Amino acid sequence: MKVRIDSERCQGHGRCYDLAPELFGEDDEGYGHVLGDGAVPPDGERTARLAVSNCPERAIEIL
Amino acid sequence: MTVDERFSRDLRETLKDRPLGVRNEIVTGPVSDWAADFSHTEPEWAADPYPIQDELRQRCPIAHTERFGGGWLPTRYEDVAAVAYDTERFSSRAIIMSNFRPPREIAPIGGAPPISSDPPFHHHARKLLLPAFTKAAVARREAATRAFCHSLIDSFAGRDVVDAAHDYAQHIPMRVIADMLGFPPEDGPRFREFVENALEGVNSPPEERVARMEKLFDYLYAQIRDHVDNPRDDLTTYLINVELGGHKLSPEHVAGTMGLLLIAGVDTTWSAIGASLWHLAKTPADRARLVAEPGLLPTAMEEFLRAYAPVTMARLVKEDMRWNGVDMKADDWVLLSFPAANRDPAQFDRADEVVIDREVNRHAAFGLGIHRCVGSHLARMELRVALEVWLERIPDFGLADPAAVTWSTGQVRGPRTLPVRIG
Ligand code: HEM
Ligand code: HEM
Ligand code: SF4
Repeated sequence: MKVRIDSERCQGHGRCYDLAPELFGEDDEGYGHVLGDGAVPPDGERTARLAVSNCPERAIEIL
Repeated sequence: MTVDERFSRDLRETLKDRPLGVRNEIVTGPVSDWAADFSHTEPEWAADPYPIQDELRQRCPIAHTERFGGGWLPTRYEDVAAVAYDTERFSSRAIIMSNFRPPREIAPIGGAPPISSDPPFHHHARKLLLPAFTKAAVARREAATRAFCHSLIDSFAGRDVVDAAHDYAQHIPMRVIADMLGFPPEDGPRFREFVENALEGVNSPPEERVARMEKLFDYLYAQIRDHVDNPRDDLTTYLINVELGGHKLSPEHVAGTMGLLLIAGVDTTWSAIGASLWHLAKTPADRARLVAEPGLLPTAMEEFLRAYAPVTMARLVKEDMRWNGVDMKADDWVLLSFPAANRDPAQFDRADEVVIDREVNRHAAFGLGIHRCVGSHLARMELRVALEVWLERIPDFGLADPAAVTWSTGQVRGPRTLPVRIG
């Protein structure tokens, strides 16, 4: 599993890096970005789904 | 020392130059039919807007009113989101639904950038503020905020009943924003007056509102001049010096953004802290669970933000148009109720219940799209710390007199009197 943020949609609500700090971080302006290549370890799949289902802008995709 | 010419003009002159807007007749009094005559400024709405919104969502999902010179109220999540995303057809040049429409010429900047701004200017005005309000930046204020919350609770010593809104919730955002802007902490009570007037006084006579706005301006300009003479490491000095497209900001932009941070930062967060404490005071099971499981607080807090979303915004329709089945006219208001969106059963399971361990919570309390609350990370830090300290120090509390609780009127909703028994 991999995660991706659509930067056109992201508005920096930060739900992703609040809920899944091992997968997402914030840039200097508070927008979310994926850490590393966005690969999700098997034990991180639940948190990845949690981030997806709490992003108000529906900006996170699971690939 | 060089004099900054921008701030040496008399501010009243700046205000005198402003273009005229349009006023309408002020209509108050009981609402005859919420679908055709709604008003967010009547006591019934202030006391409990949720049943009204739920009923409208079923019966007339885009309600209308002739008050305030004409406006609309969408109550479905989908429609609220569509308006928030459509900055082409809905303007932010006014965001408080009142009896005054500022002139079209003030777009795309508006009186208080970036909240009053439209694209393309909005992006630049917003970008200036973002670095100071990231999660990492606001984390640096957590220790001071926590110490301040403790000092408020220390001051309750010996009392059985305290007003959780007035003696606790209110002071926290006031202190935090005063520190960030570099204003004297003892000026707190004056901010409260500015904030209440701006948000609650929409039906007062225009002369009074203009006089009050001028008072706020006087205060802000005095702070700006003091910062020009004595620059320091705070947001006011930052706004005075920062450049946008190679130029420093106009005096109106500096003062407008400072006014916005003061008004947007205080009432909103005060309301969120107060509504959360109100819920816990009247719901012993949720209170006991959070005391036992403090790790659940971040999840519970999002649910309080969803269910008691404090902020409703407004937009002005740009041109006559048919929109989702209704005929909107240019300069009609749209009351953008994030609280109504957050209780739409098409978007949330058990939408009308407070479920403190709700896992899927795509709420819109901080808005949607380009105007997402710049202060959301700060507000979340303040709300979490305020609740953590309260629950740690006062795990057992309840409403002292449910009938004595009062709520603010207008577009920011939260308890203003909240007597709780703590001893
Ligand atoms: C729980 C507390 C808060 C809530 C619920 C809240 C809610 C909102 C909402 C819904 C908007 C969107 C406005 C729109 O769509 O027109 C907004 C914008 C804004 N808020 Fe907040 N707010 C809160 C606290 C704060 C704080 C603490 C600050 C800063 C000190 C702040 C500063 C702003 C600013 C600057 C904007 C304008 C953003 C823009 O237009 O780009 N807010 N807020
Ligand atoms: C071109 C700029 C501006 C124009 C044309 C303007 C015009 C007005 C008018 C006519 C009112 C009365 C509204 C009513 O009767 O409903 C008002 C109220 C208000 N304005 Fe402005 N304004 C401008 C800039 C600003 C700025 C920069 C700020 C923030 C610092 C501000 C803060 C306020 C506040 C807080 C009120 C409410 C006052 C109260 O009722 O206590 N305005 N404005
Ligand atoms: S939760 Fe969504 S909008 Fe917020 S930072 Fe993450 S991706 Fe961006």
